[in-house]
Amino acid sequence: MNGTVLVQLVLMLAPLSLVAIGGVNSVLPEIHRQVVDSYGWLTDGEFAALFAVAQAAPGPNIALLVTLIGWKLAGAPGIVVALLAISVPSGVLAYGMTRAWHRFRAARWRRPVQAGLAPIAVGFVLASASLLIRAADTSLVAYAVSGITAILMLRTRLHPLLLLGGAAALAVAGWL
Amino acid sequence: MSSVRVAEPADASDLPLNAPDVSVLALFLVFAEISLSSFGGAIAWARIVLVERRGWLGERQFAELLGLCQSVPGPSLVNMAIYLGTRHHGVVGAIAAASGFLVPPLVVLLPLGILYQQGAQLEIVQAALRGVAAAAAGMLLATGLKMAHAYRREPLALVVAALALVGVGVLRWPLLAVLVLLAPVSIYLAWRRLR
Repeated sequence: MNGTVLVQLVLMLAPLSLVAIGGVNSVLPEIHRQVVDSYGWLTDGEFAALFAVAQAAPGPNIALLVTLIGWKLAGAPGIVVALLAISVPSGVLAYGMTRAWHRFRAARWRRPVQAGLAPIAVGFVLASASLLIRAADTSLVAYAVSGITAILMLRTRLHPLLLLGGAAALAVAGWL
Repeated sequence: MSSVRVAEPADASDLPLNAPDVSVLALFLVFAEISLSSFGGAIAWARIVLVERRGWLGERQFAELLGLCQSVPGPSLVNMAIYLGTRHHGVVGAIAAASGFLVPPLVVLLPLGILYQQGAQLEIVQAALRGVAAAAAGMLLATGLKMAHAYRREPLALVVAALALVGVGVLRWPLLAVLVLLAPVSIYLAWRRLR
């Protein structure tokens, strides 16, 4: 039975690994649909709880989420299979991209393509920041925390973990 | 399979690597450092570690590599780990960097998962996360502004960045759609500037 689940995990995650352009966050709704609605492996509440655990740990949230799902469904083998299934297909593609990019290093089109994609990446980072600010900041204090963190990051060499820890402490104390 | 080492001096058309003598272990450790620090989002930490702490990439190189890694499937930072790993030590380097990013967080994740399964209340963790999320949003804003600062003398590049911001952040269009619309324009502008 475990074997079947492992195969199903691979069949679900490997294609998702390959379609997720611009970050795996775009595949979260699809993972939810399959795990909760199609396979019925988890209830809505269990899925939300695992997502909360994945967010509480440092690291790539979606990879951690599917690792937890694999663990819950099939124990240690589930961890290994889920992590490999979500990362190897796109990883092989990224490896091929790197080799190709290096091979064409002298091509005239390469430099403009690379230079042209950079400002778009800058815009996407700012867009993610704006979306995160709107999602996270439900009070004036939260806006202040975001704003002060940004200013301290720009103006000082304070260790960023201090800023994150301070904000977490504020929230636990009920200020936020 | 031979590795793709950056032995030759980086020419203008290359995505140069500032640190040619990076070891396999260093690849693993640096991406573990990024991953284990990144409460609330990894891009800000990738920039801090790769650009500010290690100097593996310049400010613009980071933006260019991120642009490249966002344009192919898969998590951008895993792609970045694989790019840098491959360029330094081929397949072995790619595996070292990607595992550095993906595996060490499990040391934190699995105990948390076990605690949760044993019925531990996650309310304190949830509250702390609200604070982390607010601070992490500010951190990402600072990251974007620092990246934009590197393009301060190129108004057209800043216009492209602003359009990408509006497309995804305000109009909420899918990232891929904005990329497909903006990339040809931005690449054309870069081609004219570099000619």
